[in-house]
Amino acid sequence: MVKWLDNTGVEKDVVVSTRIRIARNLKGYRFPPRMSIEESGKLTEKVLNAMKDFSGNGDYRFIKMNNLSSLDKMAFIEGHIISPGLIQKPDYSSFLLRNDENITIMINEEDHLRIQSLLPGLNFERGWELCNKVDDFLEENLDFAFHENFGYLTCCPTNAGTGLRASVMVHIPSIVMTGYINSLIQGLNKIGLAVRGIYGEGSKAVGNLYQVSNQTTLGDREEIIIEKLNNILHQIINKERAARRTLLEDRKDEIKDRVFRSLGLLKYSRIINSKEAMVHLSNVRLGREMGIIDGIEYDDITKLIIEIQPATIQKSAGQDLAKEERDVKRAELLRKRI
Amino acid sequence: MLCQNCNQKNATVHYTKIINGEVDELHLCDECAKGIDDFDTSFSFHKLLTGLIDSVQTEAMERQDSDIKCSFCGLGYREFKKTGRFGCANCYNSFKGKLIPLLKGIHGHNTHVGKVPKRANQDIIRRREIDRLREELDLLVAREAFEEAAVLRDKIKELEDQLDRG
Repeated sequence: MVKWLDNTGVEKDVVVSTRIRIARNLKGYRFPPRMSIEESGKLTEKVLNAMKDFSGNGDYRFIKMNNLSSLDKMAFIEGHIISPGLIQKPDYSSFLLRNDENITIMINEEDHLRIQSLLPGLNFERGWELCNKVDDFLEENLDFAFHENFGYLTCCPTNAGTGLRASVMVHIPSIVMTGYINSLIQGLNKIGLAVRGIYGEGSKAVGNLYQVSNQTTLGDREEIIIEKLNNILHQIINKERAARRTLLEDRKDEIKDRVFRSLGLLKYSRIINSKEAMVHLSNVRLGREMGIIDGIEYDDITKLIIEIQPATIQKSAGQDLAKEERDVKRAELLRKRI
Repeated sequence: MLCQNCNQKNATVHYTKIINGEVDELHLCDECAKGIDDFDTSFSFHKLLTGLIDSVQTEAMERQDSDIKCSFCGLGYREFKKTGRFGCANCYNSFKGKLIPLLKGIHGHNTHVGKVPKRANQDIIRRREIDRLREELDLLVAREAFEEAAVLRDKIKELEDQLDRG
């Protein structure tokens, strides 16, 4: 599970993952929310044909939404491999997943195509390169809906232009603890960046994890959108690191207590729900970030954050589990790995 | 202060609405605030977007609304206003007159300057290339690299000729 983490990335003490996606639509087809099922089938065929000769870039598996159990679907969402929007109309939707899970090509989400790259740590350059390469290849074989002034035409006008959304997941416990988070969110909103919880729009922030992404997609070149986000991100990284230093100086005993209590809970609990586990994993990560504990890698914690989610835990157990059973399994998994 | 709605609990949500200079104040408890449509705490992006679509509407547009339907997918502008989603790429043409202020409202811009698909109209690709070369030319001139600048200038000229011949 969670193959996409086996990759390089920097600033991992703050940045958990980098995701980039571009939205594309084909000329001559209605957008997915209004298309017929026949139309969606034809379009899928066309995309698969276009991808057939895409070689030398890893192998892709083709997965149809209506061939997946609801547990499988949820597990792909929890692993950030697909977006929640892709399971809305399972008879229409499918996706191509590269074997290393760094690239997903979603077919018939809200747009005909959503090309996504997903990498651990901060890695905009590689992320954009991966998306761009797939896009370059596809646009040689497919006619994309494009307008000279409006750019790539998308189902929702908020994606028009470049169709590009770059999103970075950050772990910023010290910014939260020092009470700076609200003004950070407001500041980011003012300069056109969105801040969301870990499962996208409308989801709550848990475990001090936030997703920062660009809100506007029209009017700047792709590279500039990414560069702007990158610059802001470095400021967030520096702010978080400075806050960590201050906390470690001013509230050392309190922080250490928090980290070790969480470590104890994760090591010895017999029943734990996902929300509680997220809180303690966040504290343990903070302990690693502050140098209070070692012997646990950042990516291992990210992996655990995904593996303790409800669907993923049932999938690895190989069966549907009631909530109480999941909480037992989760505690078991955490004891084994921490 | 007690909640204006139930008059039982303490008002914890204080809400001031100012529309065209008219001030409206509300003091509510948490629970009553949740029930008020105006104060939906889960401020969804979708609601913000459809609100924006309304705000770029003028009265004249409003009157024509019922008439505008996309010629390819049949989506009406009214429906678009409700959902915030286009039905097909042709909607961008069908609703073109209304889109420029809408896109400007969302993005702060209304002109795409990014990537152009390889199979797009050749003229678009040429115009983009000319824009890019002109920027480069300015840089060269600023650096006083006149020989390189001359090469670039010829290249721009050639592209412009191709554009004229169409």
